[in-house]
Amino acid sequence: MENMRDAFGKVLAELAEQRDDFVVLDADVSVGTGTYHFRDAYPDRFIQCGIAEQNMLSVAAGIAESGVTAIATCYSIFAIRAIEQARNSIAYPEFNVKIAASHLGLDVGPDGATHQAIEDIAVFRSIPRMSVISPADPIELKAVMPYILDNPGPLYLRTGRSPLPNVFDENTIFEHGKANILHEGTDATIMAVGVMVHRALKAAKLLAGEGIFCRVLNMSWIKPMDENAVVSAAKETGAIVTCEDHTKYGGLGSAVMEIVCENHPVPVERVAVNDIFGASGEPEDLAIEYGLTPSDIVKAVKRVLKRK
Amino acid sequence: MSRYDELKKFAAKLRKSIITMNCYAGTGHPGGSLSCVEIISWLFNNEMNFCVENKDDPCRDRFILSKGHSSLTLYAALAEKGFFSKEEFKNLRQVGGMLQAYPDRLKTPGIEFNSGSLGQGLSFALGCALGAKRAGRSCRTYTLLGDGELNEGQIWEGCMFGAHYNLDNIVAIVDYNKLQSDNLNTRITALEPLIDKFKAFGWHVIEIDGHHFREIENAFTRARAMAGKPTVIIAHTIKGKGISFMENVPKWHGSMAPTGKERECAMRECGCEELI
Repeated sequence: MENMRDAFGKVLAELAEQRDDFVVLDADVSVGTGTYHFRDAYPDRFIQCGIAEQNMLSVAAGIAESGVTAIATCYSIFAIRAIEQARNSIAYPEFNVKIAASHLGLDVGPDGATHQAIEDIAVFRSIPRMSVISPADPIELKAVMPYILDNPGPLYLRTGRSPLPNVFDENTIFEHGKANILHEGTDATIMAVGVMVHRALKAAKLLAGEGIFCRVLNMSWIKPMDENAVVSAAKETGAIVTCEDHTKYGGLGSAVMEIVCENHPVPVERVAVNDIFGASGEPEDLAIEYGLTPSDIVKAVKRVLKRK
Repeated sequence: MSRYDELKKFAAKLRKSIITMNCYAGTGHPGGSLSCVEIISWLFNNEMNFCVENKDDPCRDRFILSKGHSSLTLYAALAEKGFFSKEEFKNLRQVGGMLQAYPDRLKTPGIEFNSGSLGQGLSFALGCALGAKRAGRSCRTYTLLGDGELNEGQIWEGCMFGAHYNLDNIVAIVDYNKLQSDNLNTRITALEPLIDKFKAFGWHVIEIDGHHFREIENAFTRARAMAGKPTVIIAHTIKGKGISFMENVPKWHGSMAPTGKERECAMRECGCEELI
């Protein structure tokens, strides 16, 4: 089980050995985001911007203009602080900037509500030209980074903070905008993103023990979203549960519902943070308090099956 | 004949184009567009290594209009320099037109940045300047700021950044016309002592009359000679400069175009009888 931030910092340093076409910007949180691994190995390609996220994102656009990919890193909640810079300095002029944010959702834990970004998917996916990806484990994170660097354009990468158990094996092939099927089943589909993916797998196992067999999809690409996978799930399993460490408004659940309602309406239940702010607490305790555990997913599947 | 006569003619052409575009669109920001005419005239004729032929060359100098609402001046200069036809003026702010209300690099040749959201142009320009240094290019970056724009906190984030990275290849010019959207600067959020502020942030500061070509020339010469520090030129200007009824009148900041006798007067004052 590798820490996501260490995985992020290390893969940046590894990639820097192979290619000189990117730089990393940071807003005084290189330990928190893991970019210190890169900074220590490639100090001349690391641009410390201080606690000034708005300036950092616009500077990143200017750096990208010079012909390199700019990876701007900070905590997710402070990327949201600079959302207008992300829109007007990066996405609208179409600069090759990757905003890589860590510290997602209630999983941030004891730092509490001011540091828990539970709105970032909703905010970033609403911006034209902005892609959004949230890898589910260190293996996926490391696998998608070269791909991200090879494909120009604005992108928001949610890297997470916690150690996450591996849900993929090292040979998994990840494709742009494609969901991964992690578990097969025909009774319902559980779609999850980020920290919720391994919880969704646990839920699927619990359900299988009761004779309920669920398809489990890793929905790391929020935008573009794998519409085919969503429509197939609706058609083939007839019921969907979405899982995210994010407000229920505008995130994965909303995005999936948009596709389902427009293409093949079936019952959908959302496991997400209700319209409420987080609080201080250990991540696992907060997951219980706010209804984001495998057993909450199990309950949601049972609810959705009744509506089928 | 003054050695600046050609520049004065160029500036007069820009004023004609600004009023022309303003009248075609029936809106725009004539006041702040007219106040920066001499500065932009100097940049495009005497200062920058930037022209149609090298507009995509990574080694070109960059001009970023951070005060994007003065797009009319930039469009006028780009058209004068052959980046596009003055026919485009007719379609300013129209669906399908090349010229947006605020600069758009994806739609208009010669535009470097989608500015208009105040405070972001300086940071972008700093990124360009740092990017040029990292790439070993000797090109320079110029950015024009509004005085009201200095209310934005991001400007001062950028100032710290520029000084920290010793970006002596950037020049910021403040179009200090003393008026912003609602009222006089002094009645909105006082800027003074402005020179002390920039100095305290580690910048090389030069103060000039922004309509006086000799002072403009001296300022940019001194900026080039400065090593190790970014330069800011505080250019004292007159909002609405050149059109008598617009000068120092707050209502000509924006969302206005001269009509009827005002229009006749404006066209006459910039030496033009009819729209271009």
